Amino acid sequence: MRAGAAAAVCRYLGIRLGQALIALFGVTTAVFFALRLSGDPAQLLAPQGASQADIAALRHQLGLDAPVWRQYLDYLGNLLHGDLGYSYVQHEPALTLITQRIPYTVNLALAALVLSAVLGVGAGMVMALNRGRWPERVLTPLVLVGQAMPAFWTGILLILVFSVTFNLLPSTGFNGFDSLILPAVTLASLSAATIARMTRGAVLEQLDRDYIRTARSKGAGTARLVTRHLARNISIPILTVLALEVANLLGGSVVTELIFAWPGIGQLTVQSVDGRDFPLIQAIVLLAAVVYIAVNFVTDIAYAVLDPRVTTTGKAAGP
Amino acid sequence: MRNHRTLVPAIVIALYVLVALCAPLIAPFDPNHADLAARLSGPFATTHGHFHLLGTDGLGRDVLSRIIYGSRVSLAVAAATVLVSGAFGVTLGVVAGWRRGWLAAVIMRLADIALSVPFFLLAILVVAVLGPSLVNVVICLSLVRWPRYTRIAYANVLETRERGFVRGAVAVGAPGRWIVLRHILPEVAPLAVVVGTLELGLMVVFEASLSFIGLGVQPPTASWGSMLSDGQQYVASAWWLATFPGLALFGLVLTVNLLGDAVRDRLDPRRRVPRRVRRRRPGLGEPAAEPITTALEADHA
Repeated sequence: MRAGAAAAVCRYLGIRLGQALIALFGVTTAVFFALRLSGDPAQLLAPQGASQADIAALRHQLGLDAPVWRQYLDYLGNLLHGDLGYSYVQHEPALTLITQRIPYTVNLALAALVLSAVLGVGAGMVMALNRGRWPERVLTPLVLVGQAMPAFWTGILLILVFSVTFNLLPSTGFNGFDSLILPAVTLASLSAATIARMTRGAVLEQLDRDYIRTARSKGAGTARLVTRHLARNISIPILTVLALEVANLLGGSVVTELIFAWPGIGQLTVQSVDGRDFPLIQAIVLLAAVVYIAVNFVTDIAYAVLDPRVTTTGKAAGP
Repeated sequence: MRNHRTLVPAIVIALYVLVALCAPLIAPFDPNHADLAARLSGPFATTHGHFHLLGTDGLGRDVLSRIIYGSRVSLAVAAATVLVSGAFGVTLGVVAGWRRGWLAAVIMRLADIALSVPFFLLAILVVAVLGPSLVNVVICLSLVRWPRYTRIAYANVLETRERGFVRGAVAVGAPGRWIVLRHILPEVAPLAVVVGTLELGLMVVFEASLSFIGLGVQPPTASWGSMLSDGQQYVASAWWLATFPGLALFGLVLTVNLLGDAVRDRLDPRRRVPRRVRRRRPGLGEPAAEPITTALEADHA
């Protein structure tokens, strides 16, 4: 890469990073104030029949009696020191609670991502390259069904068939590889369908181009066509879907984790929302936003590496 | 020629709407009437003279009646969300595209921020803040989804305002508001309809997901999501509890998605006919093709 091009890439990524940081700040701030508007966690946390004085004491102990701007400044100050606060309910640092759960969610999301990427890209390619023939006719309804199946229904049906009826796989908890299968399939099904559709569209769009016709006329077989000519040109649209799907997988893992009693972040999220556990909610949102932004950022870098056109126009050439 | 692609899903959806509207006439039982003596009877069960086609749940409530009433929640929330977020999003997009300048910058950055949070998490948060209820689910889903419409509308307005008829209207001194209503909106509306149809199925799923995790419609009101969550508790003993509401949900989402695809293909002639066919007979009087949908599809993901 020439020096000028490298500088352009850096400037482009710098702008994106700045935007991401602003978005991060906006999200954190919005969540902080929205939570403070939503009501008093002290009421909920205090034991049944606690007196007004007890509740006030609890509020003081949690620091909720200070003016909101004061709380906000404290929060930001602690954040800069890497302190995400203490959980109201579980009396442990929010960061500790989250880091305990991260491996489980990462495991699940990663398994689902790999599964849906392999199935989705594969199916999409097969559909596009066999337009109008039987592989497409078989796969198209499957993709439509996959797109219309809500994760929680898929999960329950899988439990019904594989755990209850045939007793093949465990339905809850985490113990070994077996217990990963059903949650991963559940989480991957919708993503796989979406990725398949997008891949099909991306490949079809390319198949009409002149360079493909040239390659074909020079006698390139399907395998060579795909690996040598198509792969690079469809990598950007596919990368875009995969990045979007990472976000969807993280969101979808909330429901999936609940169904399979999976001890990950999703479960922790619902617990923290139920218990009005402000520090924990804030920490989870911050984490989710960071992950999401990081994924987008890595995707941007990948665009710039994969497609030199990106940095000159400032926009991905793909959809 | 390809009418059936629109017609068949439209008819199925119309049936769903009809069922929702006529729920009291169709439902064989009161959806909230608990008959504990008849709890967990399977499909086709008759317990003391009452025939339960799809069985009963853990409180002895008729599953079919609850599914019928649950369609009201799904359809109402999905339709309301699409209308609210669509109206809000299109308005912002048109304003941003027409006024440009700092206002557009602010609106589009807000859209970026709203899109940069994993939206299901945002939805959970909004409901957690506002408290779970039907109206709050609509508010929260709308807060999360408006940028989809804004982005499409914004891009389209920027393009439309440079076209001949708009520049002509500006040149003869037509007031801005009139141009927007008379010339810009009719150009944006079809796009908004496409996005709305594609969003509809997603909104049905989101409402059900929120109800499933207990943040949607509150009991005892029947909703497919909460029925599925009940059904999960009895998954080992009563398979029908989760199967049938899920089937209803799946059917609705599938037909709405099919309708969305068909509507999009109709409004986007680039996709209507396979390219090879179109090349052989160019200029069939089709309107100019707009590459609207590649971006749409990515958004829909």
